Amino acid sequence: MTQVAERLQPWLAALEQRPQGGPRWLQDLRDRGASRFAALGFPTVRDEDWRFTNIAPIASAEFRPTGADAVHATEDELAGYLYSDAANRIVVVNGRFVPELSRAHALPAGVRVGSLAAAVTEQADVVQRYLGQLADFGTKAFTALNTALAADGAYVYIPDGVVLEQPLHMLFVTTASPTSGPIMTNVRALIVAGDRSQSRIVETYVGPRGSAYFTNAVTEIFAGEGSVVDHYKVQQESVDAFHVASMHIHAARSATFSSHSFSLGGKLVRNDASALLDGEGAECTLNGLYLADGDRLVDNHTSIDHAKAHCPSHEIYKGILGGKARAVFNGKIIVRQDAQKTDAKQTNRALLLSDNASINTKPQLEIFADDVKCTHGAAIGQLDEDAIFYLRARGLTYFEARDMLIHAFAGDILDRVKVEPLRVALEGELYAQLAKDLAEIDAV
Amino acid sequence: MLDIKNLQVNVEGKPILKGINLHVNAGEVHAIMGPNGSGKSTLARALSGHPEYEITGGNVTFEGKDLLDMDPDERAREGVFMAFQYPVEIAGVNNAYFLKAALNAKRKHQGQPELDAMEFMQLIKEKSKLLEIDQSMLSRAVNEGFSGGEKKRNEIFQMSLLEPKLAILDETDSGLDIDALKLVASGVNAMRTPERAIIVVTHYQRLLDYIVPDYVHVLSAGRIVKSGGKELALELEKRGYGWIETGAQPVGA
Repeated sequence: MTQVAERLQPWLAALEQRPQGGPRWLQDLRDRGASRFAALGFPTVRDEDWRFTNIAPIASAEFRPTGADAVHATEDELAGYLYSDAANRIVVVNGRFVPELSRAHALPAGVRVGSLAAAVTEQADVVQRYLGQLADFGTKAFTALNTALAADGAYVYIPDGVVLEQPLHMLFVTTASPTSGPIMTNVRALIVAGDRSQSRIVETYVGPRGSAYFTNAVTEIFAGEGSVVDHYKVQQESVDAFHVASMHIHAARSATFSSHSFSLGGKLVRNDASALLDGEGAECTLNGLYLADGDRLVDNHTSIDHAKAHCPSHEIYKGILGGKARAVFNGKIIVRQDAQKTDAKQTNRALLLSDNASINTKPQLEIFADDVKCTHGAAIGQLDEDAIFYLRARGLTYFEARDMLIHAFAGDILDRVKVEPLRVALEGELYAQLAKDLAEIDAV
Repeated sequence: MLDIKNLQVNVEGKPILKGINLHVNAGEVHAIMGPNGSGKSTLARALSGHPEYEITGGNVTFEGKDLLDMDPDERAREGVFMAFQYPVEIAGVNNAYFLKAALNAKRKHQGQPELDAMEFMQLIKEKSKLLEIDQSMLSRAVNEGFSGGEKKRNEIFQMSLLEPKLAILDETDSGLDIDALKLVASGVNAMRTPERAIIVVTHYQRLLDYIVPDYVHVLSAGRIVKSGGKELALELEKRGYGWIETGAQPVGA
C-alpha cells in the first residue's frame, strides 16, 4: 500500500500543477478529474479490465507534464507523417495546438477545425455541451488524469448537412527534448459531426524513434443523425513510448460511424474504443490491425453498446505478433433490452510468428434483448501449412509464400482504408516493419 | 522423363508405398488406378514434395535430376505440376495475383522475362476460354468460396498457364459432375503434346473415357500389381479391383 502511495506521489504533484482558468464548468471538470484520479490510483492486474496489462512501467516512471513549453517542430520534421499536401490538418505538438503547422483552407462555411483550448472560448456553447460527456472517468484512472491535465488538443465542428470533401488530419506529435527527461502529454480531441454531415478524419500519434515518453489521449466523437463519419486512428509512436488512449463515440439515429485502428508503434499500448449506438438504424464499424515484436504489448479493448433497435455493428481486429510480443483483445458487445433486431458481428484473429508471442482474447457479450443476431469468433495461430505448401507447389519459395500469406492477412484490413495516401503510407510502414521482423526470425 | 525406382514412402510413420517402379516418357499419359488406400494419392503427393510424406527408400529422377532432393517449389519451377485433389483455399490472396506470381516465379527460374500486368492479362484471356474461367473466379481469393467444380477447373487452368513438363492429376475427377468432368478433360487433352507427360491418378475409369491413357497401372497395398494399356481400365471397370488384389503377383517387386 505504501508502495502504491509513494508511486502516486509524483502524479499527484503533477495534478497540483494542472491547468487553471477558463470557464467555471471547465475548471470544475478538471478538478473532478484530479480528485477522481487521486481516489482511483492506477489500475492493477487485479482489475478485470487490466488483467493482462501491467501498467507499472508507466506508474513507476516519472514523466514531466508538458505545460506551456516552447514547441520545437518544423514542417520538414512532420513530412514523414503527412499523407497528402492538400489535406487540412490540425497539428498538436507536445499537447499544444500549433497554428503555424496546421492548415484549414477552403473549408465549407461554419466548419471549425483547430485548437480545443481556443474553442473553449470561441465556441463556448458547443464545447460545454459536448466535452467530457462521453469520456466518463468514474472508474477510469487514465481518463481522469487526462481530464485534469489536458490543456489543449484538437477541435472539429461540422455543422448539419455539411460534407467535408477532403480528409481531415489530426496529428499529435511528441518531440522529445534530450535534456528535460521523459515527458507526458495529455491530449484531447473533440469531434462534433452535425446531422447529415459527412467527414473523413485521420487521427495520428507519432514521436521520435528511440525516445521514451507517455501519451495519454482521450477522443470524443459525436456522430449526429444520419451523419457519416469515417475515422482512422494511426498509432505510430516510438517503440519505447507508452500510449494509453480512449475513444468514445456517440452515434445518433441512422448515423454511420466507422473507425479503423492501426497500432504499429509503442512499447506498451492500450486502446479503448467505446461506441454507444443511441438511435435506431445507427451503424458502427470498429476494425483494427496491430503489429508488435520484441517485448512490446498491445491491448485493444472495444465496447459496442447497442442501446436502440435495428443497429448493425461490425468488428474485425487482427494482429501480427513476433518476438516475445503480447497482445490483449477484449471485445464487449452490449445489447440493451430495447435493442431488438441488433445485428452484431465480431471477429478477432491473430497471427503468431514466433513461439514466444502470445495473445489473450476474450469476447464479452451481454445480451438483454431476445430478437437479435450476435456472432463472434476468434482464431489465433500460425500460418496455414497447407496454404504454404499449395503456394510452394506452384513455384513460390517458402519465403515468398509466407510473405504472401502475411500480406493477405494484413491486407484484409488495409484494403478497407478509403483515404488512398494513408493506405499507401500504412502499407509501406507495415510491410517495412514486417520485413525487419521476418528477417530477424529467418536469421535465427 | 520420370524414372521412379523402388520408391518407399511413410505417412505418419506407417509404410504406404512399398517399392514403386515406374518409367514415364515425354508424350505419354499414364493412369494410376487402385482401390482406396492403395497409395495412389500418396504417390502423387510424394512426387510433389509434400512434407508429410516421408521418403524411406528408392529414388526418383526427373530429366536426369534427383527429384527427391528438390524442395517442392523447386520441383514446380523445374516443370512438375500437381493438380490437388483438395485445392487449398487461401483467404485474401487474389487468384489472378497468385497466378501471376506463380507464372513469373517459373519464368524467372527458366531465364525468361517476367510478364507485366498487361501481358499477363492477355495470356489469361486466351487461356481462360477453354476452361470457362470467368472474371469473378480470377478476382476472388484463391479457391475461396469456389464450388468443387470451380476448384478443379482452377487447378487445370493453373496447369495450362504454367505449362509443366510433367503434370500429375490427383483424383481430379472426384466430386465432378459429367459436364465439369468433360470440361476438365478437354482442358487436359488440349495440353497433350509430344513434349509433355501426364500422370492421371484416379479411382474410377470414367475420367479415362475422356482422357485416354497410353498406359494403365494398378496399385494395391503400396505396389504396382498390374500394368497394361487402356483396355486394362475397362477391365477394372467391369470386374472391380478384387481380382487383382487377391490374384495378381506384384510386378517388379
